[in-house]
Amino acid sequence: MTTPAIPEGVKRCPTRQFALWLAVVGAVLLWGVYAMYLCWYKGLNQTNMNDAYGFALWIWADLAVIALGGGAFFSGFLAYIIGNKEVKHIINYAVIIGFICYSSALLILAIDIGQPLRGWFIFWHANVHSMLTEVAFCLSVYFAVLTIEFLPLIFENPKLDRIPFVHHMAHNLHEVMAVFAATGVFLSFFHQGSLGGVSGVLYGRPFSYRDGLFIWPWTFFLFTWSAAAVGPLFTISVTRLTEAITRKKLVKNSVYQMLAKISGWMLLTYIIAKIIDTWYWATEIAPSMGFAFMDFYSNNPLYGIWILVAEIILGGVVPALILITRKGRENGYLLFTAAILAMIGICLNRWVMVLQVMAVPLLPFQEWFMYSPSWQEVATTILPVAYGIILISLAHRYLLVFPQEKELNPGN
Amino acid sequence: MQKTPEHIKAKRYGMVIDLDKCIGCGDCMVACYAENNIPFKEDESDKMLSTNWIQVYKITNGKPFPETDICYIPKPCMQCAGRHEGHSPCVSVCPATATDYDWPTGIVSQIYTRCFGCRYCMAACPYHARKFNWWDPVWPADMKKYLNPHVSPRMRGVVEKCTFCYHRYQQARDKAYLEDRDELHENEYQTACAVACPTGAIVFGELDNPDHAVHELKQSKYAFRLLEKLNTNPKVYYLSTRKWVHRAGDNYLDGEEPDFGKGPDKKAQQHKESH
Repeated sequence: MTTPAIPEGVKRCPTRQFALWLAVVGAVLLWGVYAMYLCWYKGLNQTNMNDAYGFALWIWADLAVIALGGGAFFSGFLAYIIGNKEVKHIINYAVIIGFICYSSALLILAIDIGQPLRGWFIFWHANVHSMLTEVAFCLSVYFAVLTIEFLPLIFENPKLDRIPFVHHMAHNLHEVMAVFAATGVFLSFFHQGSLGGVSGVLYGRPFSYRDGLFIWPWTFFLFTWSAAAVGPLFTISVTRLTEAITRKKLVKNSVYQMLAKISGWMLLTYIIAKIIDTWYWATEIAPSMGFAFMDFYSNNPLYGIWILVAEIILGGVVPALILITRKGRENGYLLFTAAILAMIGICLNRWVMVLQVMAVPLLPFQEWFMYSPSWQEVATTILPVAYGIILISLAHRYLLVFPQEKELNPGN
Repeated sequence: MQKTPEHIKAKRYGMVIDLDKCIGCGDCMVACYAENNIPFKEDESDKMLSTNWIQVYKITNGKPFPETDICYIPKPCMQCAGRHEGHSPCVSVCPATATDYDWPTGIVSQIYTRCFGCRYCMAACPYHARKFNWWDPVWPADMKKYLNPHVSPRMRGVVEKCTFCYHRYQQARDKAYLEDRDELHENEYQTACAVACPTGAIVFGELDNPDHAVHELKQSKYAFRLLEKLNTNPKVYYLSTRKWVHRAGDNYLDGEEPDFGKGPDKKAQQHKESH
């Protein structure tokens, strides 16, 4: 079945099945929207945050989706700056995933701040010394860049393409896309880094505080590097998941192999740097502030040494070793397992750099501060996932996201 | 963060709290609530949801009777000067310049109408001195008549904190101006908590002015500050002749002991020399 809105030469599911799928995901979306309404209308007393947990689940979600959405800027870097031809077969999807991740982060931030209508003050009264200011500027501008990168793809929808202005606009945007991609890479370097800087500069918080280069703590560089390493793995995973759901091959294996190899080496170099950083922090920085390494991993119900082992070994060393070996990459299950492990590793890293920072007691007579999110926080965190699934479903149905789809599915 | 204008003679207002005198009565907290229009809820049992600009901790030495000893630690905002003057942990991170370091007084300000509630300053403050308005402020009807007209109430969704009763400083400055004076007398500007303390445990004044009591008190060999090793450089000093109280004020590695009996200024000097 085809309608004029669906690209020519590709097969899509029946409208009724698609509508049912949207209805199920839409119900989850509405649940999140209701929770969002409660937070805006009644205030942040709807959450389980408190004065010890000014930052909690939402800030973690922001950091995590932006790290995972890092596939967009790194793929853009490989495709447009390095000129890698293979990446161009997956760049559209990387841009859409990035667009979803960044719009989700902005939405969560809008819920997270106590006075959402004053959100623009961050630009108007900007404090140039604050890492969060840098995040806000780069994140907003990069989201605009991602929108511009997404537009030509939307314009190529058969129905829209018939309009001459839209057709020419898409063509012209393609011509100048390298400029936007380069801008995106530049911006991403800074906002991924400044997200790392958000906790790294907190010299009153020994768990997260790091030395660094000029104004940038080491976490600045570690966050950028890890997002560049794991972002493409998230793109691969979502693409594989889309292939499984649509039951068709969308991207050639060579594309996966190439991206996985680059990610593997990026991950290996990142995790070596992370181990050095952890070692220096544990033996120099924390003791100078009066803390022994194990002070951060004992006497509480959740944060044991297991979380550091899980992050560095299971979520870093193991997937890196799988991905840098040809056999590891070529085995579909191993590749997928490595990608999942690396994503868990980076999410754990973002978790501890937000939540564990808040949990550690600083005055010796204080107890650990523990926290579990309210259902409103959980629902508003799942909301972007539902929104992302809907946007991906619509994009896949009405746009030719994967240039190799027709070639790989000739029977349609 | 502004730079100090050259024509302003900067002062550093601060507090010295004698923990051996504090009896934990909570008068300072009550005075602070009344003075600064701090809202409260029916249920204040969760202290991490309580808005209080000064909080009194009760700590013990952990020893069984008869060696049990207790200490009350009143904790306002430390008005940190930071690693270098003005680089307070919270001021440097606020993205909207809603909190600032006031150079003429050394007091960390909070601009409620500019704060948009990101709470980054709360994440930065190791003392939990900053409070977020999780609810709309509501007072019993009759209490509205008793609100302090010199202090603006804060709305839901913004951060607030102790200001060393800055409005009292402004009033004292106005009075001095009308009397053609540049300097304030020690008793002209006092915080509500210092005035209310029945045992005189809280002493307030200019830390660098030899005519003010705090100047000498902070140099006592029994003076210390909370979490000094973090280099936040607080302007609230504590006095105690008990070593275990000093130990409770900071973190020490195995085998390390507090520099008991040296005083914070000597410790800071030693710290500088060692670097």
